[in-house]
Amino acid sequence: MDTRDTAEQAELRRAARRLARDLSPATVAGLDDETRTARLAAAVLDAGWLELRSDGGDGGPLAGGVEAAIVADALGGTVADVAFTGPVLAADLARRAGGGSTEGAVVAFAPDLIDAAVVSGPVTTTPVYALDAGTDSSVAYVLVPDGDGHRLARVPVDGTASIATDGTDLTRTILTIPAGVPVSEVSVSVVAGSGVAGQGRILTRDDRASWAALGLALTSAELVGLMRGVLDVTVAYAAERQQYGVPVGSFQAVQHLLAESRCLMEGSLSVASYASWAVDNLGPDDARAAGRVAKAYCARAARTVCETAVQVHGGIGNTWECIVHVYLRRALLASQWFGHDGEQLRQLERERLGAAHGLS
Amino acid sequence: MDFRDSPAEAEFRVRLRDWLAGNNPGLPASSTDDEYWARQAEWHTALYDAGFFGLSWPSRFGGHDLPTVFDVILDEELTAAGAPPRPSLGYLVQGIDTHGSEAIKERFLPGLISGRERWCQGFSEPDAGSDLASLRTTATRDGDEYVIDGHKIWTSYSDVADWCILLARTDPGVAKHKGLSVFAVPMHQPGIEQRPLRMINGITTEFGQVLFDGARVPADNMIGDPGEGWRLAMTIVSHEREPGELGYVARYAKTVKELERVVRADPGAFGSDQRESVAWAHVQAEMLRLHVCRRLSERLDGVEHGPGGSIDKLLMTWVEQTVGSAALAVSGPRAVLDGDDVALKTYLYSRAQSVMGGTSQIQKNIIATRILGLPTA
Repeated sequence: MDTRDTAEQAELRRAARRLARDLSPATVAGLDDETRTARLAAAVLDAGWLELRSDGGDGGPLAGGVEAAIVADALGGTVADVAFTGPVLAADLARRAGGGSTEGAVVAFAPDLIDAAVVSGPVTTTPVYALDAGTDSSVAYVLVPDGDGHRLARVPVDGTASIATDGTDLTRTILTIPAGVPVSEVSVSVVAGSGVAGQGRILTRDDRASWAALGLALTSAELVGLMRGVLDVTVAYAAERQQYGVPVGSFQAVQHLLAESRCLMEGSLSVASYASWAVDNLGPDDARAAGRVAKAYCARAARTVCETAVQVHGGIGNTWECIVHVYLRRALLASQWFGHDGEQLRQLERERLGAAHGLS
Repeated sequence: MDFRDSPAEAEFRVRLRDWLAGNNPGLPASSTDDEYWARQAEWHTALYDAGFFGLSWPSRFGGHDLPTVFDVILDEELTAAGAPPRPSLGYLVQGIDTHGSEAIKERFLPGLISGRERWCQGFSEPDAGSDLASLRTTATRDGDEYVIDGHKIWTSYSDVADWCILLARTDPGVAKHKGLSVFAVPMHQPGIEQRPLRMINGITTEFGQVLFDGARVPADNMIGDPGEGWRLAMTIVSHEREPGELGYVARYAKTVKELERVVRADPGAFGSDQRESVAWAHVQAEMLRLHVCRRLSERLDGVEHGPGGSIDKLLMTWVEQTVGSAALAVSGPRAVLDGDDVALKTYLYSRAQSVMGGTSQIQKNIIATRILGLPTA
C-alpha cells in the first residue's frame, strides 16, 4: 500500500491547480467574463482532460478514476466555471456501451439527479436534466431498457430541444430537456468487446454500478476542492478583517470554526481519494460502496465548511458580491448529484443492515 | 496512489489472519470493562511473540523494521477477526526513540515493545491540565539519584505499571517550559501511592492517580538531557494524537461491526434514526481507516508528523463520539434501564476522547495558529 500520488499524478495535480488558478473567476463579477470562460474551456479541452475516461483502445479508459478526481478537485478549488464532470461521465458511459464518445456529449439525469434518466418510449415523458453541459453540447445520453440491461440512446439538446436552467450553481450549465423530445439510437462507430457493429453493447447492472462509482468519486473530489478553496478564501479574510482593532481570525471562537473546517476537509480528502482509486481497482459493488462512504462524508462536511465560510465573512458573506456563496451553491449541486448524504446513508443501510421493516 | 497490498503485505496479511483464527482472546472492550486490562498484558505478549507487534519499530529493539503501512493491515485484520486492538504505546516508543540516549533505548525499548515491562505516563497534575508546563512535581538531585515529590493524575493504568515516564521540574529557577526533565521511574517502591479514580462509565482501572512522596529514581534513568522534558513531552503527546500510532481504528470498527450485527439480526426492531446512526458510524470509522492509510503512507518518505496530529486527533474524537452515540441509539431504552449496559458504557467513555491527550479546544488552537497561520490574540 502506498496512497501517495505517483510522480505523474503529482504533476497532473500541479498542472490542474495551476490552470484552475490562472483561468477561474476571481470575483463574482468575473463569472460574466466571456473571454476568460472561453479561454478556460479551451485550456481544459487542450489538456485532454475531457477524454480521461474515453476508450484507450482496449475498452479501458485512457486514465484512472484517480486522475479524473485530481482534475475535479482542482477545478472545484477555484470554482472553475467549465464543464468537466458532465462530459467525463458521458465519455465513460459511452465507453462502457462500446462506443466512441460524441464530443461535447453529457448525460441526462432523472429528476432526482441520482442516476441517468431511463426512457422507455420513443420520446421523453418527464423533464430530464443534462448536468454540467458544455457550450458545445449537442447531445445528452439517456438509457433505454433492453432485457436485463440498458442500451445507450441520445436526445438532442441543441436549438429548441432544451432550455438552459437558471440553476443554483452559478458555475455550471444545466439543460432541462422537456417531455416529448425524441430519443434516438446511438450509432457506434468503434465497437469494443462483444458488441455488434453499429449497435454497441448492453450496459449491465455492473456497468451502471461502476459508472455510479465514478460519479460518486468525482462529485466527492469536487467537494474536497470546494472545501479547500473556500477555506483558503476564508482564512485569508479572517486574517485581514479587523474588529476591535485586531484581525477577527485572532479570536478563538472564529479560529475554532476554521480549525474544524480544516479537519473536515482532511477527512474528506482521505475518503474521496479511496473512492477515486476504487473506481478501477475494486469490483463494481465495492467501488460504489466506497463512493457512497465518500459522498456521505464529503457532502455533510462541505455543507458545514461552506456555511462556516459564510458565517466568518459576516454580513459581507451574505451579499451576492462575496464569492463564498459561489462555493456553497456549487457544493449544493455536487452534493445532490448522484444522491446527497441522506440518500447514500439509506443505500449503505440497505446494503449493510438489510431491508428496513416493511420495505423491500 | 495504490491501496492494494504489495506481495510482502499480502503474505503478512495471510499469516496474521491464520494466526488470529486460533489466537483471538475475545477480550471485552478496553473502554467498557476492567477485565480487559487484567488480561491485556497476555494479549500484548502473545501478539508480540507471534511477530505481529512493533512492526515499524527498529529490529534491534524488538521491532520488525517494516514500513509504517503494515500497521494498517494489522488494524484491519484485528477488526475482521473481532480481536482486541493492538496495544496503544507507539507514542511512548516514539518519545524514547527520539530523545533517549542509546543506553536508555537499549535498556527500555525492548521491554516496552515486547510487553514484558508495563508503562504508564505521568504528565498531567490536578493543577496542570491543558497548561501542562505549569506542573509542580519536582525531581531533586540527591547523589546518583533524583527524589520525586508530587501528584500525577490521569495516569492511565498506573496500578499495573512497572515504569512511569514522568515529567518533573528539575530546575525551578528558569521559565516554566525550560525547567522540566523526563525520567523512567520504577513504580514498585515505597514513596508511591496509587489512588485510582472511577470514570463516569464505572471503569476503575484507567484513571490512575499517583502520589509521589520521596520516590527515588537513578539519575541514569533521565531520558534526554536536563531541561529537555518539554520537548520530549511534546513529541509524545503529538504522537498520542495520531490514530495510526494508537491503533484505535480497530477499536471503533469492531464496535461498528457489532452494532451492524445487532441490527441485521432483527431489522424490524430498529427505526430509521437508529439505522442511520449506525450507517453514519460506519462512514466515520471508514474515514478514519482511510485517513490512517494516508498518514502512514506519507511517512513512507519520512514526512515527519507535526501539528497535523491535532487534525487527526479531532477526526478520531469525532469518530469515537459518533460510534458512542450510535451504540446508545441502538441500545435505546436498555441504556437507561440497565446501568451496566455495554452500549451505555461505550457512549459514556467516548466523552473522554475530547479531553484525553489534549482537549479538542487545545487541538483547535494548535490547528488555527500553527496550520492555518491565523494570528494570535
